[in-house]
Amino acid sequence: MQDLGIRVLFMGNNFARLMEGLWITIRISLIAVALSIVFGILLGMLMTVKNPIIRALTKVYLEFIRIMPQLVLLFLVYFGLTKSFGINLSGEVSAVIVFTLWGTGEMGDLVRGALISIPKHQYESGEAIGLSKWQVYYHIIIPQILTRLVPLAINLTTRMIKTTSLVALIGVVEVLKVAQQIIEANRYTVPDSALWIYGTIFFLYFIACWPISLVAKRLEKRWKTA
Amino acid sequence: MAEQPILLEAKNIIKDYGSGPVLNEVSLQIHKGEVIVLIGPSGCGKSTFLRCMNGLESIQSGQILLDGEVITEGKTDWPKVRQKIGMVFQNYELFPHMSVIDNIVLGPVKVQGRDKKEVIKEAEKLLERVGLLEKKDAFPRQLSGGQKQRVAIVRALILKPEILLFDEVTAALDPEMVREVLDVILELASEEYTMLIVTHEMQFARAVADKIVFIDGGKIVESGEPEKFFTQPETDRARRFLNTFIYAK
Repeated sequence: MQDLGIRVLFMGNNFARLMEGLWITIRISLIAVALSIVFGILLGMLMTVKNPIIRALTKVYLEFIRIMPQLVLLFLVYFGLTKSFGINLSGEVSAVIVFTLWGTGEMGDLVRGALISIPKHQYESGEAIGLSKWQVYYHIIIPQILTRLVPLAINLTTRMIKTTSLVALIGVVEVLKVAQQIIEANRYTVPDSALWIYGTIFFLYFIACWPISLVAKRLEKRWKTA
Repeated sequence: MAEQPILLEAKNIIKDYGSGPVLNEVSLQIHKGEVIVLIGPSGCGKSTFLRCMNGLESIQSGQILLDGEVITEGKTDWPKVRQKIGMVFQNYELFPHMSVIDNIVLGPVKVQGRDKKEVIKEAEKLLERVGLLEKKDAFPRQLSGGQKQRVAIVRALILKPEILLFDEVTAALDPEMVREVLDVILELASEEYTMLIVTHEMQFARAVADKIVFIDGGKIVESGEPEKFFTQPETDRARRFLNTFIYAK
């Protein structure tokens, strides 16, 4: 056992550091997802309005976000803002901003799809009983799209958790960065630690994403019978 | 019967989607307690006319008056107007994520701010009248088409509208379910509800209407008493239309 690379995991406070790193990963993802859902619903609603200018703008935004690699966006926000405007954001805040921008775009497109899948008559019968436009959305449309959105939103969340590994490149010490530091620090004493540490990371990502999928499945079931 | 006041009036309505008028200078007066049935070939504009009357479609010219007040000019408070003009659609369009009772009380509670308990009691009474009290906690997908449509009628009725618009409410139903829905409407007619009905059920139109309005090509071609219209139509166009319903070997 002593010769196995896994002992690195329990040396000093290595494990605690990994968990700290994991928490940062999850924290960035959760804040970004929460913001993305709110802004995404608004963006999705904007994408379905008749005004051609608003439609074009939202479309450009979505395409821009989709075409740009997330890493480029991270560099743009983290380094670009500082260089050009002297705005100095911490790595974590930059990460939350970039992932929210990305998540809003993706979520917005999902919401748009869900919105146009609701028959026009649902809006009309809501209006016909005297509901205002906002009441129609609030009481009739949004409850119906939520059930359709849950599996998609969960998918987005897990994708986001995985993609946060990029933030190491703007200096945020999240779980993957911690792992690299541990491996580097023990390169000579425990040369085969890489496999073990990365194996542990694999499980940590799994543990982070699996419960989310479970919750999603339960929600989906409950809302279906509701 | 003494002449009742005019409840809803259309004055020279023109509706154009951009490729020629769908409604061309249509005028119609609906008196309180009157049941008017609009008939005509598919695409003649009768459903569009109905939808214009509660603002689901905008009009390009003309006026609509409710209780003598113009509702098509300036900023109309449509939610308020629509509480007075109830509408039932061809495809029922109940809200699928809500139970029958929730579908019915949504309007009165959220729009009119009425007490929920009191509304539920009233909803139950109305459901009993249409024979669906035991379905009050069911979800729309558990109901047949005819049952859904009766719920939709209750949902419109509970707002206590001054006039009800029915847009081909039996067109999507299986034949054996048509009757149960039409019976409800006939009962409403006997209670002096004001109604504007678009239908393809000629027998029903004849039985329920105080006045038949025949529309073709976006214009009112002929209107009058149902007996006269169905037995001795004045225009050739109406005669040809009515003949399409006669089968002979």
